[in-house]
Amino acid sequence: MSEIFVLIEHRQEEIRDISFELLACGRKLAEKNNSKLTAVVLGYNTKKIVEKIKEQAHRILIFDNEIFKKFNAETYQLVLSDLIQKENPFIFLIGHTAFGMDLCPALATQLKIPFTTDCLDIEIEGNNVKVIRQMFDGKLDAKVSLRENSSYILTVRSGSFPAKESNLEAEISNLDSPISKSPDYRKFIEYIEAVAGDVDITKSDVVIGIGRGIKEQDNLAMIEDFADSIGGVVACSRPIVDADWLPKDRQVGSSGKVIKPKLYIAIGISGAFQHVAGMKNAETIVAINKDANAPIFHEADYGIVDDLFKVIPVLKEKILEMK
Amino acid sequence: MDIIVCIKRVPQTAEAEVRIDSTGKDIEKDRLTFDTNESDTYALEEAVLMKEKFGGNITVISLGEKDTEDTLRIALAKGADNAIRIKAEDFDHLDAYQTSQILQTVIKNLNYDIIFTGCISTDDAYSQIGVTLAELLEIPHATLVINFDVNENRADVQRELEGGLIEHLDISLPALFTIQTGINEPRYASLIAIRRAAKKEIQVIGKEELQQNEFISNSILEELFVPPISKRVEIITGTAGETAGKLAGIFKEKGLI
Repeated sequence: MSEIFVLIEHRQEEIRDISFELLACGRKLAEKNNSKLTAVVLGYNTKKIVEKIKEQAHRILIFDNEIFKKFNAETYQLVLSDLIQKENPFIFLIGHTAFGMDLCPALATQLKIPFTTDCLDIEIEGNNVKVIRQMFDGKLDAKVSLRENSSYILTVRSGSFPAKESNLEAEISNLDSPISKSPDYRKFIEYIEAVAGDVDITKSDVVIGIGRGIKEQDNLAMIEDFADSIGGVVACSRPIVDADWLPKDRQVGSSGKVIKPKLYIAIGISGAFQHVAGMKNAETIVAINKDANAPIFHEADYGIVDDLFKVIPVLKEKILEMK
Repeated sequence: MDIIVCIKRVPQTAEAEVRIDSTGKDIEKDRLTFDTNESDTYALEEAVLMKEKFGGNITVISLGEKDTEDTLRIALAKGADNAIRIKAEDFDHLDAYQTSQILQTVIKNLNYDIIFTGCISTDDAYSQIGVTLAELLEIPHATLVINFDVNENRADVQRELEGGLIEHLDISLPALFTIQTGINEPRYASLIAIRRAAKKEIQVIGKEELQQNEFISNSILEELFVPPISKRVEIITGTAGETAGKLAGIFKEKGLI
């Protein structure tokens, strides 16, 4: 049959955006390959989720059981390995998310199916699959071809395939789970919500983002000063939180906050995709970085390639003059 | 408690200019500095913290060329007890899947309660090796760990999900964990410790000493290229004074100040 399969990702009763992106990607591949798209849902009380995707695939396979209420890579692996052996999909797509990263390599390795991760684009030629992915801190793209096989598993980066409307009428099947309880070796305890801090960076029209390029904690004062001049709040990329220079609630990115300010100024931020995922929808994006090849410039409307320590103090003065 | 930490020596490209070499499949490395992969330094620190708490033994393993021994010595200076280098020069063009299989052939003969790896390498960025290795060793795993403790042969683990949400899990040992940056504060090696580590022996394992020497590959890198620019950025040129002035003018024009 050589169908395309997509694993639907959901959390805390909500279907996640990546699922619609995977469905759009899956439809595109199925069309090119003259085959069909199947969505796989593992969950509990899955009606609401199925309702949202029933026009997005040719077929929906559902495993509805309380043991699938929370994502558990080990539980999913037991069910999906069984399903893949029965159905032999050509390409099985999973999100390159905290969920997919935990699942894909183990699932594919168990089944001895060639796989790769974090794909931005996928090309099919006959039975051959090639993908585009990023390397070296996102500074270069790589074309990678997979070992020829009748089946592949790929994880897809969030934001690579925009979600699209569709009007398919999915044939829906409820399947019996091959397992009746989660394995004892991995037990879910709880979700812990992020703690809110003193500043909510999602509420500010102007956000100043800082990254590795600020070099020392002492340089934060200069940035705070600049942020005051333009009436913005200071946010950051991951390395600044890892170093404990700013609290976690100031982190912009996939594992932090997603912001949509009127103006985002990225200072000394290289632009790892995890960071970009949190700020790419800002109305105006400015990047200041001494490395002309920094990926942040691919996202920016305006860029200055220079030493931030030279630019920022002058920029502050100019803004104060013009205000 | 016996802990194994897998580490990788990588070019430091976050703030350096990266150029594609003449093969089109790798980067020019002569002007770059090399160091331990970022999340691997957190993995090693977590191992040292566990050893300080529970006692035990830490073995660091790296698949790399001769200069990887410098990276392993830094790990020894920070608190690892033993170091193993698997000779990368005995193989050509290993993909992440082959690397996982090679690590498995060595690790399966060692004693361990916990295996730590970094959650991603900054060069290849696959985030595959930890989970693949766990599957090959037939042990449980958890990725993106940002909090870790052990209670009576089970690990108390917090994983980082999207949007700041944390998943709290209980996992039986032995198990493998991929460590996310920020979980701890990696220590610096003292000069005395570095001097002491310089004298320690590093076990070197060649291809012929492995019990297996055919490792199937999943993927081949065909070419590297500079990413196409999706959005046209307007680069503002001039001296720092000029660029700052022009940018402030744009802010004014757009009503942002």
